[in-house]
Amino acid sequence: MSEPLLQIDGLCKTFHVAKSASGNTRLKALDGISLTVGRGETLGLVGESGCGKSTLARTLMMLETPDAGTVTFEGTNPFGLRGKELLSWRRRVQMVFQDPFASLNARMSAGAIIAEPWATHRNLYPSSREREARVRELLHMVGLRPSDARKSPQEFSGGQRQRIGIARALALNPDVIILDEPVSALDLSVQAQVLNLLNDLQQELGVSYIFISHDLTVVRHVADRVAVMYLGRIIETGDTEEVFDHPRHPYTAALMSASPKLDVTGAKRDRIVLQGELPSPLDPPSGCRFRTRCWKAQDICAEVAPEPRVATAADGTLHLVECHFPLESVRGLTGATTAAG
Amino acid sequence: MKTAAQTVLTGQPRASDVVLSVQDLAVDIRTHRGTVRAVNGVGFEARAGETLALLGESGCGKSMTAKALAGIMDPVCDLAGGEIVLNGTDLAALTPKERLKFAGPELGIVFQDALTALNPVYTVGTQLGEAFRIHRGLSAKEAKAEAIELMKRVGIPEPESRVNSYPHQFSGGMRQRILIAMAVALNPRLLIADEPTTALDVTVQAQIMQLLRKLREEGQMAVVLITHDLAVVAEEADSVAVMYAGNVVESGPVSEVFSDPRHPYTKGLLESVPVHVERGAHLKSIAGSPPELHDIPAGCVYQSRCPLVQDICRAERPRLLPVNGSAAVVQTGAEDDADNGLGADADLDGGNYAGNFAGTRPPRPGRVAACHFSKELNNV
Repeated sequence: MSEPLLQIDGLCKTFHVAKSASGNTRLKALDGISLTVGRGETLGLVGESGCGKSTLARTLMMLETPDAGTVTFEGTNPFGLRGKELLSWRRRVQMVFQDPFASLNARMSAGAIIAEPWATHRNLYPSSREREARVRELLHMVGLRPSDARKSPQEFSGGQRQRIGIARALALNPDVIILDEPVSALDLSVQAQVLNLLNDLQQELGVSYIFISHDLTVVRHVADRVAVMYLGRIIETGDTEEVFDHPRHPYTAALMSASPKLDVTGAKRDRIVLQGELPSPLDPPSGCRFRTRCWKAQDICAEVAPEPRVATAADGTLHLVECHFPLESVRGLTGATTAAG
Repeated sequence: MKTAAQTVLTGQPRASDVVLSVQDLAVDIRTHRGTVRAVNGVGFEARAGETLALLGESGCGKSMTAKALAGIMDPVCDLAGGEIVLNGTDLAALTPKERLKFAGPELGIVFQDALTALNPVYTVGTQLGEAFRIHRGLSAKEAKAEAIELMKRVGIPEPESRVNSYPHQFSGGMRQRILIAMAVALNPRLLIADEPTTALDVTVQAQIMQLLRKLREEGQMAVVLITHDLAVVAEEADSVAVMYAGNVVESGPVSEVFSDPRHPYTKGLLESVPVHVERGAHLKSIAGSPPELHDIPAGCVYQSRCPLVQDICRAERPRLLPVNGSAAVVQTGAEDDADNGLGADADLDGGNYAGNFAGTRPPRPGRVAACHFSKELNNV
């Protein structure tokens, strides 16, 4: 891969909260996140609620300021920008939200919702004629009719509303779109329509996606690379097929195993059912965060937090795993050296 | 009698008593735009120790069916017809007061959102003990002891101390366990689970499903699982009834329905799931969206989205008929004109509803589908 579009290094974010049961008031939502996103690439971000997915998304949107670590976007640190430069940077990262019923203002027309970003980014489409033409174009791009611009959100179905949300994100011609559970509120038949649309738009526009989802089937379908989060850390990352077919972290394996499979033959399979639930991020376990639910945990897991290590480096994509005792890969360790990224 | 598919699924014989038999169930909703029929002649059977899935997308009437079974419909909904026979008693014929006797000892229901289903101002112990106080006349102290036993049964750690906690002090998964405990408190024959894991994380979802399986085996309960998730149906259910716009459009053993769908809607749903598709490849999707309940067309309910639609589909509503590969035979009702509008005012008498299981008593409903072209479906 060439120079990544977006590079995240050691990102940390701690929130201060009211006193918890243990007396801890510091909630480490992100604890050293490192990731890259290439141009035109889809990065899938999976993990259970409370793992920090949304905080990471909000930080990338610059809605939160990180305590430590850096974000580099085409060589610039957006958190160092001010004024016009900052404004023009904000244009380049946009977001689509999960709930298409809550994320659109019911008192605005679809056209006004799509055009609203231009009220801030005035120089993008200065004349009202340009703006109207662009709204029609965007509606067409997401598969709606130009006449839909006058309708209000209530007049649309869930899938159509999500299309409006996508059109709004596209209005500023972004380089990266953060998709936060974009299809999980939609019915299955509509979900496929929206996934196809996202795929077509990426082909056409070359935009990068950060695709946050708990649905592993969907992530496997859309993502080029996948990152698995657990309690503020990325515990495994790599090429989608590699991670799905040869998960090395026990949590990844458990997550895949717990996810229901559509197997039309009806064959029942053995599953790893994890005991317990995600520990409170206010009191994360010492050492490896997953050790309290891990069936492979040893003494060292409680003492030393595992560092990311290279599991395999097939096809030029690093497969990293944070575990003292990674699972055996079916194909074995092929390149346990620091291969070129 | 057991079908071959059942043996494949379970590997062992099971009690196959019919616990619940629903026929011709119809539910109307009174809206400001007139009365609409949300559930339209739905029929199915649930057997002891087995799970029947009601599968469908939002608005298809699956939750309305669940509420009608449990007798907890909203005030604007009316039971417009049909039978709900639970262990030989037709619940639909009872008064609301009479039905109350059945809620708990005979049937239990688990809802999707445990936080709204539980009362925030009572401890979980009080809520768990309620069934014992009302139906068994136990004292508050005795009921609390039963509540602790229940909490142990559903795997809540430290039940002795947690029995006095309030719902908000539990995690989502634990709250769902409490809700399940309430539903199974009096060992009902029938458990209705309405999207029991939809709000939960994947690893917790697996735990809850494991618990439901365990309780089903222990109590030989019949489970009616309401879900929109095809994968959950594939993994958890023995048989499935696929609903669309208030109608059952196809039903049968899960392995048969999913491997050889006989209704274009079922087929379309299965193809919408991104499995066995190359990454990033175009997914097959179902064009359009379901019809509004105000606006259900005459003829086939699926006609507006169906790739196979013909004139006959617009004129005549297909009945649920046996399809090939089915072991058991479903007899259809008397030969009547299926060309009914089924609008808001459609009359109920005389088995007018295409899509029912009229005459399907014994031995076991096989595969049925409501499509004029179910035989040709393979060639698409």
